[in-house]
Amino acid sequence: MPTATPISRVNDFVIRFANVNGSGSASANEMFARAVMRMGVPVAPRNIFPSNIQGLPTWYEVRVSEAGHMGARGGTDLMVAMNPQTFDRDIAGIEPGGYLFYDSTKPLPPSKFRDDITVVGVPLTAICNREYTDPRQRQLFKNIIYIGALTALLDMDVKVVEQLIGEQYKGKDKLIEPNLKALHIGRDYAVLNLQCPLGIKLRRANAVGDRIFIEGNSAAALGAVYGGATVCAWYPITPSSSLADAFTRHCAKLRVDPETKQAKYAIIQAEDELASIGIVIGAGWNGARAFTATSGPGISLMQEFIGLSYFAEIPAVIFDVQRAGPSTGMPTRTQQCDITSCAYASHGDTKHVLLFPENPTESFEFGAQAFDLADRLQTPIFVMLDLDIGMNHHLSKPLAWDDSRKYDRGKVMTAEELEAGKEFGRYLDVDGDGIPYRTYPGTHPTKGSFFTRGTSRDRYARYTEEGAPYVDNMQRLIRKFDSAKDLVPRPLIATSGKPTKYGVIYFGSTSPAMDEAIHMIEARGHGLDRMRVRAFPFHSSVNSFVADHDFVFVVEQNRDGQLRSLIVNECGIDPVRLVPILHYDGTPITARFIAKAIGDHLDKLTVKPMKVTS
Amino acid sequence: MTYLAKPKFHHPDLPKNSLGYTHRDYEGTVSTLCAGCGHDSITGAIIQSCFELSIEPHRVAKISGIGCSSKTPTYFLGNSHGFNSVHGRMPSVLTGANLANRDLIYLGVSGDGDSASIGLGQFAHCLRRGVNMVYIVENNGVYGLTKGQFSATADRGSKSKRGVINTDNSIDLVAMALQLGASFVARSFSGDKQQLVPIIKAAIAHKGAAFIDVISPCVMFNNHAGSTKSFDFVREHNEAVNRLDFISSRMPIEVKYEPGAVEIVEQHDGSKLALRKLDADYELHDRAAALGFLQHHAAKGQIVTGLLYVEKEPEDLHAHLRTVDAPLNALDEKELCPGQAALEKFNASLR
Repeated sequence: MPTATPISRVNDFVIRFANVNGSGSASANEMFARAVMRMGVPVAPRNIFPSNIQGLPTWYEVRVSEAGHMGARGGTDLMVAMNPQTFDRDIAGIEPGGYLFYDSTKPLPPSKFRDDITVVGVPLTAICNREYTDPRQRQLFKNIIYIGALTALLDMDVKVVEQLIGEQYKGKDKLIEPNLKALHIGRDYAVLNLQCPLGIKLRRANAVGDRIFIEGNSAAALGAVYGGATVCAWYPITPSSSLADAFTRHCAKLRVDPETKQAKYAIIQAEDELASIGIVIGAGWNGARAFTATSGPGISLMQEFIGLSYFAEIPAVIFDVQRAGPSTGMPTRTQQCDITSCAYASHGDTKHVLLFPENPTESFEFGAQAFDLADRLQTPIFVMLDLDIGMNHHLSKPLAWDDSRKYDRGKVMTAEELEAGKEFGRYLDVDGDGIPYRTYPGTHPTKGSFFTRGTSRDRYARYTEEGAPYVDNMQRLIRKFDSAKDLVPRPLIATSGKPTKYGVIYFGSTSPAMDEAIHMIEARGHGLDRMRVRAFPFHSSVNSFVADHDFVFVVEQNRDGQLRSLIVNECGIDPVRLVPILHYDGTPITARFIAKAIGDHLDKLTVKPMKVTS
Repeated sequence: MTYLAKPKFHHPDLPKNSLGYTHRDYEGTVSTLCAGCGHDSITGAIIQSCFELSIEPHRVAKISGIGCSSKTPTYFLGNSHGFNSVHGRMPSVLTGANLANRDLIYLGVSGDGDSASIGLGQFAHCLRRGVNMVYIVENNGVYGLTKGQFSATADRGSKSKRGVINTDNSIDLVAMALQLGASFVARSFSGDKQQLVPIIKAAIAHKGAAFIDVISPCVMFNNHAGSTKSFDFVREHNEAVNRLDFISSRMPIEVKYEPGAVEIVEQHDGSKLALRKLDADYELHDRAAALGFLQHHAAKGQIVTGLLYVEKEPEDLHAHLRTVDAPLNALDEKELCPGQAALEKFNASLR
């Protein structure tokens, strides 16, 4: 018996699968997560993978939470330790009273284990060697066998997994039977030889509702389809490649003319990120909705073109799926570390519009809205995902579209308007919002043509190096940026149940951890008002939120507090009033981390009456 | 006299083309390049070509990078949209523009620094993809705007104005274009408008990636003895393989050519190229032979000019991507947005 009381919980635990990359474990593990969802229990899987194709360690963490906490939690209740390379540290990560599931084919000395956990051994290799002769099959079915054993150990409805196997191999029907067989080999072994179920178990619930299981990159790509993107140019880079892949897949289904089989889209895998953004800008200049998907290093390479897009006022949409930098950094780990480099991308005075989706649902919505904003504002729009949102499946609100919605193509002067004698000056601020009219190339034989350039020019697009028209233009660009404040998604505020002098600002993938942490912070007796920032430039409510509190925590996933700096810089706020809470080791931020960091800070401020003892 | 505004009036009897436009309707603003610059002759050749082809000026998109050559789109086709983009990146901007609207004519103007040095990658990849365009490099072997540094097309052994001998090997963009799959490849000389104009016209009619390298001497920094891009050197070493007459699809062939002396090449749009061969053995549709011919003559210090290669059945990027016939920039939400019904199906597949 373990020295710590075994954890006993239903529908509330974390399982971590430790595997070797390239062993086929990913699809088995994902099937496990889906099975939890199908049982009506909210689930949040996270794939922690190396920059490698085969051989290095990989983990798949499944958080099961009927209460609906979908952020990373930290700690492991059940470790499925399938990778000898990481065995020791995997065991070290188990919570006291937790469980270890391992391949017991080869006996291990007791020193390899811990005395405060429950150890469950299944001789997986021996079973596979007995059942299969083909080495590849031995490897692949081993994954299904451990899933089978888990169904018994966690008291899962095996029919749910059987059905998922049927769905997964639909069309490749001869694979269904062997997979079902493997599933039951594992399940039967556990039932006969192990004490089932464990203290942690699953029970059917009704807490999933109509939610869907989707990766942010796929949702963002679908947003681009719905938002009317016709040109996509990209260069492969983790973690954004799957966004372009998803766009390709969605377009093949949704954008091919059923009769002619012709494509209502063009996708170019470019030679580098410079060409990607160049193609996007060329297409945007010519009136098509265009985007690229990239990550931090790609943003660095695109700097010159981003400045052109800003200064020449050409619509462009850039999905930045952030990963840990600087340089190549940790290419398969998550961070929110491109805020500064995107907000002020390129040389000279520039500022760009950033959108911060919190999850796949918003990745879809902002992904579509970005194209309206790009056309309306005639400037690059950055949709700031990160690896956690982009490459993990998230249980998300179903995607929805209002069929009466029309695209906002912005201020485009037509041939009819030109013919009717309407004055056209490409950089003329006719409406006072800083946004000029443009014409598409080829509009009118004699009117409305202009020369687009990255050099300074006057209101009629004529080249000039005079100071006054340059300043006039730069001031208009600032007016335009101010106009963006009311067009971009507004911050959302959640007020604490009890009056408080403190607030917290957060954004993007920090959301689910923050939502959970707030309960933990409140349980420690602290109230905290929350603001989730969803875009830059900041809406005026950001200023008032900070003004309304003694100080405000800014929670983000980077070293330097980039969002905090942006708020200080753009809202003119005394930095002392913004307390950075920073998590940047490449793993997704957890509720435990936030609650501890903020809780400890607030504890220090709480005046505790001294106990008087007589 | 670049500080003078161009007068708007013109002679009432100026000849008009079939659209009723005069030569003047194809001009731009006054050139700000140096007097005698080869690039201005190329500008003149472009204006003449478009006028003679009766192209509607606004149906051309002219796109360039950075440098002297890239300034020239301001000096022609004043009623066309132009885009002076960033250094070496004209090809990607043009590719994107072309994808957005396949119905316009795309004229990319670049220089040797722009295409062979900083932009060599983009030069290569847009030709590989077969973007339907005319890609003109105004090649003077030198950086003019920054005052006379060698570019990557400067020949090894050629001398700069300051007396420095270039020790790097040169890049031959024509050989590269052939190797990369351009479906129309030519080289000409800014000082030979009679050769250049029909080549530009044929390139515009060509449906695919058309590349023209035009040797265009820099009168300020690369027109001295010892330079291999000077007027004198190019005239002396010009090895023209053919002379061209361009016959548009609308015009009957009026000139009677002696059989054997002329090869008629029909293009996809119905236009014809009447090729007067100066080198009897030169085969226009043989990519490998063209490369060999170039290298053979380059070794002898000769500059091969003329229409060097035409693919018989060119395909462009839109054909590769099977895009719809309508320009992508003309599609609206009805065409592009699959709507709530499709989304519900999608949602259902993810539960």
